[in-house]
Amino acid sequence: MTFQITIEDTGEQYACGETKHVLAGMQQLGKKGIPVGCRSGGCGVCKVRVLEGDYASKKMSRDHVTAEEEAEGVVLACRIFPQSDIRLSVIGKLNKAVNK
Amino acid sequence: MAMTGILRPGHVQLRVLDMEESLNHYVENMGLLETDRDDQGRVYLKCWDEQDKFSLVLEPSDRSGMDHMAFKVATEQDLSRFESNIKKFGIETTRVAAGELNGCGERVRFTAPAGHTFDLYAEKEQVGNGISTTNPAPWRRDLKGMEVIRFDHCLLYGDNFDENVKFFKEALEFQLTEQIVDGDVQIAAFLTCSTKAHDIAFIRSEESGKLHHASFLLGSWEEVLKAADIISMEDIPHETGPTRHGLTRGKTIYFFDPSGNRNEVFAEDSYVYPDSPVLTWNADNVGQAIFYHSRQLVDSFMGVTS
Repeated sequence: MTFQITIEDTGEQYACGETKHVLAGMQQLGKKGIPVGCRSGGCGVCKVRVLEGDYASKKMSRDHVTAEEEAEGVVLACRIFPQSDIRLSVIGKLNKAVNK
Repeated sequence: MAMTGILRPGHVQLRVLDMEESLNHYVENMGLLETDRDDQGRVYLKCWDEQDKFSLVLEPSDRSGMDHMAFKVATEQDLSRFESNIKKFGIETTRVAAGELNGCGERVRFTAPAGHTFDLYAEKEQVGNGISTTNPAPWRRDLKGMEVIRFDHCLLYGDNFDENVKFFKEALEFQLTEQIVDGDVQIAAFLTCSTKAHDIAFIRSEESGKLHHASFLLGSWEEVLKAADIISMEDIPHETGPTRHGLTRGKTIYFFDPSGNRNEVFAEDSYVYPDSPVLTWNADNVGQAIFYHSRQLVDSFMGVTS
């Protein structure tokens, strides 16, 4: 099954299959809006709040998402797999290149 | 003996979210060999050409990142000498009992100013590289994936940067090999305890104690290209490369393990002697210093750590 992902901040929309994580779906179609980092649940830059929709999820680093946040739908986009259309807003951001 | 004191990076312990996926990555795709497991669920791995029992420990965890990095020193006397140096510098040390990691002797543990935990040890069980020490073959025929040769170095992000570099030079007797500077401010420091271009490197950061990458050695540029093929074949999150670094001249590719810890595999970098000059890259050339061909920084490469 393929579902529609909507990034609330930019209005960007793209299709994502249920076997792809939401960040891979965005990246493969050349879409932008969610910062892309490790794509493995460890760096935290793709943190989003799911406003609407269902998903399956894989383990994500507790340095970036607490159990309470996860229960409220605050997750890493690289660790969730859509099971319905999803609307989300972006929380994460890339750090500055170098800090002096 | 020409090399004394701290000999080399001995191991790194990484936290992983899923052991099965992590072993598939490090064993099947990168070609490390599993050598042991313990009752904490940790798995011990080595690269094929290393003599010691392990150079990578994977620790099951609910968070990613580096637990600690350890250096092998030449003798027990060195261990005590560095312990004293570290204390004189004003940093506390503790002793981790022999056997806390299977096959590893007593470790001197401390937190460096940039926030990372390091251990020094003098003893580790040697299991050999699988090749006879008499009339040795040049390589093994039973290797998998990228066939990484050895754990080479880590690049770390941390705060208290200047104090941290001073600590590595003065207390641990590392040599500065290359640096990036912006005017009077050092942004990156590459440090060696041997004749390698780096055994550890630090980037100035506001965050404490972060891992940028753990790096493994390959034999040639051709092997870097083969690693790139495996990264695509196996759908490993790829970041950048194959390319060349200006810093260290290494030919390189970057990717992530299944917990988001960044890995590098590289080949054919430069070397130093104790009397080699420090090489300096200016901040306005930082693109070329890091990615020599594109001369452009990659946002995630600069901003993402675990």
